[in-house]
Amino acid sequence: MGGHATKQIDAPTLWGGSMSPFSTSYGKLMMWFFLVSDALTFGGLLVAYGYTRYTYTGEWPAGEEVFHHFPLAGETHLPLLYVAFMTFILIVSSVTMVLAVEAGHRMDKRGVIKWLAWTIVGGFIFLGSQVWEWSHFIHGSEYGRITLQDGSVVKAHYNHDTHAFEGFEVTQDGSLYKAEEQKSGEHEEKYAVLHGDHAKALYNSIEENESYRIVRGANLYENEYGPSHYGQFFFFITGFHGFHVFSGVVINILVLMMVLKGTMHKRGHYEMVEKTGLYWHFVDLVWVFVFTFFYLV
Amino acid sequence: MERDDVIEYSLDAHHSDEEGKKIRKKIWFVTALLSIITIVEVGVGVVWPRNALGADSGAWMSIKIFYIVLTLVKAGYIVLTFMHLGDERKSMKYVILVPYIIFMIYLMFIAFVEGAAVNGIWAS
Repeated sequence: MGGHATKQIDAPTLWGGSMSPFSTSYGKLMMWFFLVSDALTFGGLLVAYGYTRYTYTGEWPAGEEVFHHFPLAGETHLPLLYVAFMTFILIVSSVTMVLAVEAGHRMDKRGVIKWLAWTIVGGFIFLGSQVWEWSHFIHGSEYGRITLQDGSVVKAHYNHDTHAFEGFEVTQDGSLYKAEEQKSGEHEEKYAVLHGDHAKALYNSIEENESYRIVRGANLYENEYGPSHYGQFFFFITGFHGFHVFSGVVINILVLMMVLKGTMHKRGHYEMVEKTGLYWHFVDLVWVFVFTFFYLV
Repeated sequence: MERDDVIEYSLDAHHSDEEGKKIRKKIWFVTALLSIITIVEVGVGVVWPRNALGADSGAWMSIKIFYIVLTLVKAGYIVLTFMHLGDERKSMKYVILVPYIIFMIYLMFIAFVEGAAVNGIWAS
């Protein structure tokens, strides 16, 4: 488990002090310092996301309404199930990583290879899932969101089981759109959730009417789910995390190659597996927070 | 290639097969716990979605707090068990955790108070 020094090492060969402050190796301590700094980056991103939500006066999109699709299942309503699956994959790959570290402590080379290989597999499944989710987020739903000429926005929810627009909301003046008004800076926007026959009629009339513009899916400027910040934070936070996962997979592959070559065994310890393990667990840890604060809350 | 420029401290952090069994048992326990928590989180979100409760309702507020507590439990298990920080020297544990936690609490306080104030201005 933890690296307690059991071997006496004479002072001049140490860090230049008389002893290690934490009875841990230099490499491991530096990995921890790096992880703290990386955690500050992710913490900053998530706090920035929270700040944006606090400032936003309209209704922020709910995770379970944006992410309710499942690969190969067509148009379904399985709120956050796939994201939960991704979380589970990352937790499991964290477990296989910790098992690889444990095998390393027993100098069990075959065990390290087996569990490290499974960890890499888990990493690839997670990355693939994220590609799928990004692709789905970018392409968006069939109906998208309509922006009217005056800047008003109309949203409609189409239920594919009943083939109808749901949760119909009519305004008192009989106009097609209305809901909460919101101001962001100079521009005043109207957001409306429009359902039922009105929405269908509006959707059907779009092709003929040039004054409507449909936003489908998401890009860095706008998205159909909510304010532009929502898409931007989605891309940046999950993208930054995904890049960490990608780096982790690459590092794990390199370490696995070293293990296969027997480099670690010759060294007499598998501390390199432990250090990459720390990084890999950290990636899992970040995802736990992203899952809660981006998707759930 | 043998490196002689870095003296590693945890070189001898080996354990026997019997100890390994105990450790693995703990690992699987934590795995089960983390999975169950994730399933509970998603289940709660399905049964009580935000838009059904109302984003400003007290019910949603308590679910949010519930989520955050579960997240911190998960994070604690990952850091202390998977990353073995619980097995390191106490001094190291606190050097890693305490400054970070204090800073994050400070940052959240600043950002959310400021965010709420900006919201108040934009809303009016």
